[in-house]
Amino acid sequence: MSFLEVLYIVVPVALAYATPLIIAALGGIFSERSGVVNIALEGIMVIGAATGIITTLTLTSMGLGGLSPWISLLVAMVVGALFSLFLAVPAILWRADQTVLGVAINMLAIGLAIFVVRVLYNKGQTDFIEYRIAKENVPILSDIPVLRMFFINVQYTSFIAIILAFVVWFVIFKTPFGLRLRSVGEHPMAADTMGINVTKMRFMGVMLSGAFGGLAGAVYAVTVTTNFSGTTIVGQGFLAIAAMIFGKWNPLGALGAGLFFGFAQALSIIGSNLPVISNVPQVLLLIAPYALTILALAGVVGRADAPKSVGIPYIKGKR
Amino acid sequence: MNKLNFNRLLIPLLSILMGLLVGAIVMLIGGYDPIRGFSSLFDGMVGSPYAIGETLRAAAPLIFSGLAVAFAFRTGLFNIGVEGQVLIGWVAAVYVGINFDLPMFIHLPLALLAAMFAAAAWAFVPGFLKAKFHVHEVITSIMMNYIALYTTNAILRSVIGVTNERTESINDSASLASPWLQEMTQFSRLHWGVLVAVLAAIVYYYILQRTTLGYELRAVGFNKHASQYAGMSVNRNIILSFVISGMFAGLAGAMEGLGTFNGMTLSASFTGVGFDGIAVALLGANTAVGVVLAAILFAGLNIGGLAMQLGANIPSELVKVIIAAIVIFVASGYAFNYVIDKFKGNRKKGVEKK
Repeated sequence: MSFLEVLYIVVPVALAYATPLIIAALGGIFSERSGVVNIALEGIMVIGAATGIITTLTLTSMGLGGLSPWISLLVAMVVGALFSLFLAVPAILWRADQTVLGVAINMLAIGLAIFVVRVLYNKGQTDFIEYRIAKENVPILSDIPVLRMFFINVQYTSFIAIILAFVVWFVIFKTPFGLRLRSVGEHPMAADTMGINVTKMRFMGVMLSGAFGGLAGAVYAVTVTTNFSGTTIVGQGFLAIAAMIFGKWNPLGALGAGLFFGFAQALSIIGSNLPVISNVPQVLLLIAPYALTILALAGVVGRADAPKSVGIPYIKGKR
Repeated sequence: MNKLNFNRLLIPLLSILMGLLVGAIVMLIGGYDPIRGFSSLFDGMVGSPYAIGETLRAAAPLIFSGLAVAFAFRTGLFNIGVEGQVLIGWVAAVYVGINFDLPMFIHLPLALLAAMFAAAAWAFVPGFLKAKFHVHEVITSIMMNYIALYTTNAILRSVIGVTNERTESINDSASLASPWLQEMTQFSRLHWGVLVAVLAAIVYYYILQRTTLGYELRAVGFNKHASQYAGMSVNRNIILSFVISGMFAGLAGAMEGLGTFNGMTLSASFTGVGFDGIAVALLGANTAVGVVLAAILFAGLNIGGLAMQLGANIPSELVKVIIAAIVIFVASGYAFNYVIDKFKGNRKKGVEKK
């Protein structure tokens, strides 16, 4: 097998695994840039995945066919945003410890999701969906030599994720909304003094992260696993947090890190069929993203500074 | 009882009530009968000697993981990595349990020590990184959880040689199992671990409240800068706190490996013991007694949940929702205090007006 042939196999799989990581990491950036730690991303993805599958199954039975998974993505965004209120309200209004909340919400999400699945289907996991977002060869582009590795066997959601990364970058660094969001995350009191509504901005940050996290979970469910159970989302949310940190809270950095982590996941899953990589113990590929994140944080890969006020509830009038 | 102590008791109790209320609402929305649900839940928790045995059995690892989280909390650190440390402790205990053939009075302590020290070494990493590079311990310990999950599976496969998803059983000389306790509880899986756990809670209290080390650790938790000024080594205390926390976590794993399961199974996801430990520590307000009581409550809910599924056909996952709700309410203590103060303030004003 030539190197190029290997890439033709690995790149499409890597893109499929990277897509939800990128989207969820973008969500994390919204929340953390506004000053709210979002450990709950994992749980939000669980809710998104459950919503995505349940909606797809329902819509398919109503006869919407191939459109159902696409609509389910939108539904998952709305449900994700609403679910993130479990984080937003206690964290922003009640001054609860955001990390603790995140852990509790992850627990809540998996409990609630499986509970609903059991109520609806009378079993611990859903059926497999009939219509998934399919792997396609992009017309014309998939005929270009070499570059075609990015356009064969690929889901359109992957391109959406990459475009979103640029959009989010623009929103955060080039619009008044982005400036306000960042100011609230760096120095809320200064922002408040300038007339920015800290509470409102933080709510928007968290709910945007909920929408993105819900979308990410649904994308993972309707492209990769195609059903929902308690082990559908295991660690993707935390991997997304890792990608966010590795990308230094920058959307384009998160895009790069997400692609890289997707690549690592792809290698750990299909690596045993590939030359050279099959000699690398699978466990090393599995732990690589997590170990690299620790190294990144320790400053080995360059400094990564979190927004200054992340994790600190803002109390008006307190200096 | 002064006001502080009163609120410290009131908030956990209110949170439990609110959590159960959330459970009842979810039951109603799901179309179930809450009264039937709660009665079968309660029955499954403490309704029979067997239920009590299983609840106490499940409490043992939770007491340890709760103490682990609480110990770090007391020194101002959040050890979210208990889950990973539990897995590492579990695998170490099982390794010693299977591969050595020694008299029990050496073998069992050796297996427990192995669990303690393996997990302590695992917990050393986030502590060291926090102390040396000021890396936030929450993120590093989450990452260490996943590294632990994949590493323990790899160790089980390649070092311990798992076939059929499960290790062979540990030797009897390393087992915490007790035929006497089992017989007394209608053959539940209750084992000596629960006594070891209560002993550990006493040790926890002793270290924190009665030793210089504990004083320093708490001081660093209260005010890092003041402690530094007073001549304590903050960095050393951060690392020590994580290492000791890891020791408790490792013993939680040993409870599962040497007590309940007599071995270990390959797993795609976490045990939940470590994450439940966070809930236990919070509800128990990081005190030894609180942790033991909270662990028994959550263990009972987990065990009763299974009975609820059988008895009232309500999915046992509801219990996770209840526990999560309790944690959210405990964490939102400020809101409670605010409401309580307002309530009291209004009443006081009313009295003054008269």
